[in-house]
Amino acid sequence: METLLEIKNLSKSFDLHNLGKHIRAVSSVDIQIKEGEFVGITGKSGSGKSTILKCIYGTYRIQQGSILYHSKKFGRINLAEATERELLYLRKHEIGYVSQFLNVMPRTTARQLVKQAILEMGDDHDLAEKETEKILAHFELDEELWDSYPTTFSGGEKLRLNIARAMVKKPRLLLLDEPTASLDHDSKIKVKLLIEQLMKEGTTMLGIFHDLEFMNHLCNQEYNIQNGVFSHSTSFTNS
Amino acid sequence: MAEFEVPVLSIKNLNKQFGKGCPYCQDEESLVKNYCPVCGTVYACRDVSFDVFPGEVLGIVGESGSGKSTLMQCLYFDQEVTNGEAYLADYHNGEKNLFQESSQQQRYIRNNIMGKVYQNPLLGLKMNFSSIGNIAEKLIAAGNQHVGMMENRGTELLNKVNIPVHRRKEAPKNFSGGMQQRVQIAKALSNRPPLLLLDEVTTGLDLSVQASVLDLIKSLQRELNISIVLVSHDLGVIRMLADRTLVMLEGRVIEQGLTDQILEDPQHRYTQQLVHSLL
Repeated sequence: METLLEIKNLSKSFDLHNLGKHIRAVSSVDIQIKEGEFVGITGKSGSGKSTILKCIYGTYRIQQGSILYHSKKFGRINLAEATERELLYLRKHEIGYVSQFLNVMPRTTARQLVKQAILEMGDDHDLAEKETEKILAHFELDEELWDSYPTTFSGGEKLRLNIARAMVKKPRLLLLDEPTASLDHDSKIKVKLLIEQLMKEGTTMLGIFHDLEFMNHLCNQEYNIQNGVFSHSTSFTNS
Repeated sequence: MAEFEVPVLSIKNLNKQFGKGCPYCQDEESLVKNYCPVCGTVYACRDVSFDVFPGEVLGIVGESGSGKSTLMQCLYFDQEVTNGEAYLADYHNGEKNLFQESSQQQRYIRNNIMGKVYQNPLLGLKMNFSSIGNIAEKLIAAGNQHVGMMENRGTELLNKVNIPVHRRKEAPKNFSGGMQQRVQIAKALSNRPPLLLLDEVTTGLDLSVQASVLDLIKSLQRELNISIVLVSHDLGVIRMLADRTLVMLEGRVIEQGLTDQILEDPQHRYTQQLVHSLL
């Protein structure tokens, strides 16, 4: 299998000018992910797990290191040096990101939200409509909610919508930032089923989960951050 | 890596100063902010460069006096630049510097390739003309002569921005602030420009009206795939609409990035202060 993502010696720190502080978030991170793998990152809260995902997604700009990604459109590309427009393209077409927070446009219904995500990749409205209904149904989001605003949803409903929106695009690389953190058992199983299905379809995933049991069932490799030290802890053979 | 797309608008090293300048302010270090204490020259835009790509919303934020509106005025030829270059993909294949074209050509560009919505509707509309007449004015300026066609287009546009059809012949002075902004947007869109300039369009509107104007902009942008340059001092507006954002301070672009980069990982001292002021 080809390497899809290779992070070398990544460091990220924050200079808070107004507080006169310099905060080191992570340093010397090395990760290698092959196509189709599911890789997990573990570590205490505040250890910098999310920072790594945000660096890959381009939300954080890094000081040191490289993030080599094998893009369908651009070939090998260092995400740390990609232009803004290249990052925007990749976000629309290749790299997905799910966090525990729903960050949505106000006054947009659940249906519109998912549909727009699909339409970023093409403009077949009928197909988008069909795919939208399919995934909303899969996550058992009450049909009454489809045409209402997510701000009125419960935490679990928001989260399911959030995951649905990212997964419906079947990205090449999906970054999961504790997407199951506040889900009940049934919903977690739904997420797991979808993750497994996406893996079958070839999506590579890098995820942070608090639920180690959940993660261990899916993972090919695991990385661990402890006291600021980043290490490759386990490689599971693909079962 | 080679660029994979062509910008709609390309601005290179735009400078705008008010005043002649003097030997004292040749040395930029001696300016107070962007003002020369000796000759009184204001350096409103300093070496501003950026690109706008097809279908994207580019946000420009900055405190008042940072040069945002002056920049927009320069782009729409309301102000003459001191020096700099601008290229539009839809004008001579982006090979001619717009700022060096004749005023006649600049008027053509304004009327055909760009639309602008001002913060102050008084600048963008004739308050005593009918609303549809305001739209017709721009259509006529672009060379249209067929009254029936203009009436249809005007009605269609007012409909699109949710102005009731039966009020199309009323003058904007009778309208609320939000409605006036929507008439301005309809007017700006009338010639199907590939580029729309929006200068603080929601400032001063109450929250629900602001929301309806923002929703309108978002849906128009999605429907028409138009490129938008959006100036605002409101980070909420920027977060909702802009794909990429420039931050201006004292006439310069001090930082630029994806909007989430600017909001979550601001680099410059001023940007950090701005983001941390967000409620």
